[in-house]
Amino acid sequence: MPQFDPALFTPQLFWLLLTFIALYALMALVALPKIGAVLDERQRRIDDNLDKAAQLKAEADAAVAAYEKALAESRAQAQKVIREAADRLAREADERSRAQAAHLADLIKSGEQRIAAAKAQALANVRTVATDVAASVVERLVGKAANQAKLDASVTAAFEEQGR
Amino acid sequence: MANPIEQFKILPLVPLKVAGVDISFTNSAAMMVLAVCLSTLFLTLSVRSRALVPGRWQSLAEIFYEFIAGMLRDNVGSEGRRYFPFIFTLFMFVLFGNVLGLLPIPAIGFTYTSHIIVTFALAAVVFVGVTLIGFWRHGFHFLRMFFPEGAPLVTAVVLVPIEIISYLSRPISLSVRLFANMTAGHIILKILGGFVVTLGSMYILPGVLPFAFLSAVTVLEIGIALLQAYVFTVLTCIYLHDAIHMH
Repeated sequence: MPQFDPALFTPQLFWLLLTFIALYALMALVALPKIGAVLDERQRRIDDNLDKAAQLKAEADAAVAAYEKALAESRAQAQKVIREAADRLAREADERSRAQAAHLADLIKSGEQRIAAAKAQALANVRTVATDVAASVVERLVGKAANQAKLDASVTAAFEEQGR
Repeated sequence: MANPIEQFKILPLVPLKVAGVDISFTNSAAMMVLAVCLSTLFLTLSVRSRALVPGRWQSLAEIFYEFIAGMLRDNVGSEGRRYFPFIFTLFMFVLFGNVLGLLPIPAIGFTYTSHIIVTFALAAVVFVGVTLIGFWRHGFHFLRMFFPEGAPLVTAVVLVPIEIISYLSRPISLSVRLFANMTAGHIILKILGGFVVTLGSMYILPGVLPFAFLSAVTVLEIGIALLQAYVFTVLTCIYLHDAIHMH
């Protein structure tokens, strides 16, 4: 076999050395850095895009959070306005009903006073009438006019007796 | 029928002699130059466009790169990164030698990995390099590799010689494995091819059987060409791992 012919060793070893070193130089200095750069570039792009996606997601999350915060704030604001309006209306209604009640109480009091006055007036009239009636009764029975002072005193006594 | 050994002949294309040493440019040298040129062209032209989404050729080049890088990472670890260009060169050189050797290239068609001197030289470079790396990293402590940790001291009498023999036989097994696979495969292909021609020229039908067999074996040989390049490289990685991590 030609494989075991030592005379053929040196040319093969020489060219092996030469071509292998050449291939090593070409791989190490040209081919591998190129392929490595392509792979690194791709990895960098992928990482970049992932970073960008993560950043956009964070921005979107922040926007959602801000929106929800604004929503909550305006909701709270609306609640406050509603509560204030309700309070104000309740206070006004309260005041008005209190004023109305006072007014009504006034009316009732003046009405009672008028009633009391009318009652007093009526009572006074009753005495006059009673005195007149008694005077005419005495005049008819006795035939002459009764003593006015005595009449008044007995009418008063009779009222007092009745009043008890 | 042609002699199946004839395909391993070294044919001087340009006879050269420097200081009495024969350095003729032979068919073997021509195939080595072709392998260097083709692998360099393949790996540079394919990534010339630097496409973000790789085309067919670029992804093939990237697969080669990542295959060897992954092999080195898995077998050696991160310390192996500095040896990546060498491992990659070794893989490409053996792979192209094996695969181009299967092609019927006119005038220079030859499989340089079927020559023991070539595979032995490669294995010797690996062996010497790995041993130097071992001593460089660990000093004389590297000799501890020849005695397994935790074994009783008495067993050293037996274990140390065995370990030394197994260590020294590495370049032999590494080179003979590749050389023998390539040589045997090519001899089988040649013999089967001879059968096809001889039987086929006598009667058409009997030639069909060896032709079918030859086709199957050709596929097998393509597989072996790829596999042996892988085996050669992965064993180099394992030896490198031993030198760096000491088992």
